[in-house]
Amino acid sequence: MTNHPTYDELSRDFSWSIAEQELEYKPGGRINIGWYCSDRICRKGDPDKIALYYEGFGGVEKKFTFNDIRLAGNTIGTYLRGLGINDGDRVCLFMDRIPELYLSFLGILKIGAIVQPLFSAFGDESLFVRLENAGTRAVITQKKHLSKVRKIRAQLPDLEYVIIVDGVKASDLEKGEVLFNLEKSDPVENFDIHPTTAESPSVLHYTSGTTGQPKGVKHVHYSLISQYLTTKWVLDLRDGDIYWCTADPGWVTGTSYGIIGPWSLGITQCVLDSGFSAQTWYKFIEKHRVTVWYSAPTAIRSLMKAGDEIVKSFDLSSLRHLASVGEPLNSEAVIWSDRVFGKPFLDTFWQTETGSIMITNFPGMKVKPGSMGRTFPGITGTVLDPVTYDPITENGRAGLIAFKPGWPSMMRTYWNNPEKYKDKFVNGWYLSGDRASIDNEGYYWFIGRDDDVINTGGHLVSPFEVESALLEHPAVGESAVTSKPDEINMEVVKAFITLKPGFTQSPDLELDIMNFIRKKLSPLAMPQAVEFMDKLPKTRSGKIMRRVLHAREWGEEIGDISTLEND
Amino acid sequence: MTLNEMKDLVLKYVIKEYIDDDDVTITYETPLISSGYVDSFSMVSLLVFLENKFKIKIPPSKATPEAFDSVNSIVALVNQYLK
Repeated sequence: MTNHPTYDELSRDFSWSIAEQELEYKPGGRINIGWYCSDRICRKGDPDKIALYYEGFGGVEKKFTFNDIRLAGNTIGTYLRGLGINDGDRVCLFMDRIPELYLSFLGILKIGAIVQPLFSAFGDESLFVRLENAGTRAVITQKKHLSKVRKIRAQLPDLEYVIIVDGVKASDLEKGEVLFNLEKSDPVENFDIHPTTAESPSVLHYTSGTTGQPKGVKHVHYSLISQYLTTKWVLDLRDGDIYWCTADPGWVTGTSYGIIGPWSLGITQCVLDSGFSAQTWYKFIEKHRVTVWYSAPTAIRSLMKAGDEIVKSFDLSSLRHLASVGEPLNSEAVIWSDRVFGKPFLDTFWQTETGSIMITNFPGMKVKPGSMGRTFPGITGTVLDPVTYDPITENGRAGLIAFKPGWPSMMRTYWNNPEKYKDKFVNGWYLSGDRASIDNEGYYWFIGRDDDVINTGGHLVSPFEVESALLEHPAVGESAVTSKPDEINMEVVKAFITLKPGFTQSPDLELDIMNFIRKKLSPLAMPQAVEFMDKLPKTRSGKIMRRVLHAREWGEEIGDISTLEND
Repeated sequence: MTLNEMKDLVLKYVIKEYIDDDDVTITYETPLISSGYVDSFSMVSLLVFLENKFKIKIPPSKATPEAFDSVNSIVALVNQYLK
């Protein structure tokens, strides 16, 4: 039994107006994600239903009803308005997965400002380029991350306020820093929600590309239509479910399906803000009687590594539906989950730019382990010939995954970068940057990226960004970055460097370079291996040939090296 | 190097490299990975530190989040590979 008719029935009669009608949205009218995720659920008669079970490290537990999150959104929105934050302003969330992160998300949207969520493990350089590009006016953060913000503050003239939600004494505040304690603030009952409409900007997520700095993907409030319906149908959420999305809201899964999707459906969700361990995760599922679990292949492979025996120590019988996102889900993981949990993880495919699930294994649909599934109803997808950009009609032939634009949660632009946005479209198709083939039943089979971007543990890392940061290390002369295979994370970052005169390679220098990138960019971007080279492979015109190094790491054919510089 | 000296060395390194918040107290028993103080990606740099400092090689299968979850468990692991 699923939440809906079969895939074929839904595809036949599909229209996005299904979601519009269920949400009682009238085209041309007001639509505000913050309101839909809290006020509307209360108005429908569920103010006392639990919206969020939170569990932090050390046994800290909190819970919030839908009325609590409505009031919290109002209170935070009122506070921001009091500071002079207006609609259209960018407000960054730079926090761990604490309740204030989820509640501020609603508050920012309610005043019509744009939420800019950033992964709290980002180093100061990663933080700087994203805040500078967005012209961010306020950052909401925690004391533990304040030092990174302070380090770059002077270079960010648009950043007026740093709002700290915990632990700092008023006497320790610097200019432009303010304290906001939600628990000590008077709840705001009545609040004028900004009259946002379909095309009003809502969320600005940053994603990495092959070249240039990270791009700000602009979404709008109308994205709710896609996020609502895909959550309902693909994640199969129903009244009474306890849902756990393991993604951090610093990434798009953590907002589209870790906030907007479940709460717009009035679903109770759980958040675990602590590090990974199989024991902790299973215990969390058992304790909260989680029914629907949306996770990532890296986590699933880590659980596989922990073994089957540990699973037997917990009562996981509450689990009804499992889904996965972030990187291709290997068939072994699908088969393993079917064996140990009694149900397979169903793979879903989408991106920061698409805002919602595009290709998926639908509940009730035949599962082909290792396949990404079929396009969501209403999504027109294909694979394109990489030379002509014409759709490939031959089953099983590899091409570029592409979609016909027009679904509600499609990005509207790259922030301050319309040229890059334009480059994403060819012959009326949106190019995803990934390659796949399609079989005779319309199932997509992932092959790989169509560019040099590294997908490590489901997160995209730009080799360009790491190479640039490496050059700031005093010992590094030249750098090239590619991926290397990894059992758990699918691939990880590897750096190839030449040293400046006067420096000698050593294990300690390797560690110093790793830590340099970890702190400057993020742990994800940290090279997990550094190889010292006398010279890097280059074309005769001096361009570093990353693909030669990539092919070597992956044991692939190097291909045409006629332009390779000779010794 | 005594066991306590080893623990102090690892503890100092963890605090210096991974803990941004001055108010956080890390002891030999503090969970590092399961608490989120050290994430799974950063664990690799901690592994490299241990291998460099103690001149050992820890097999990937032994470098698990559980084995790296406290200074005590890390030093116990290192001890297994010291000659």
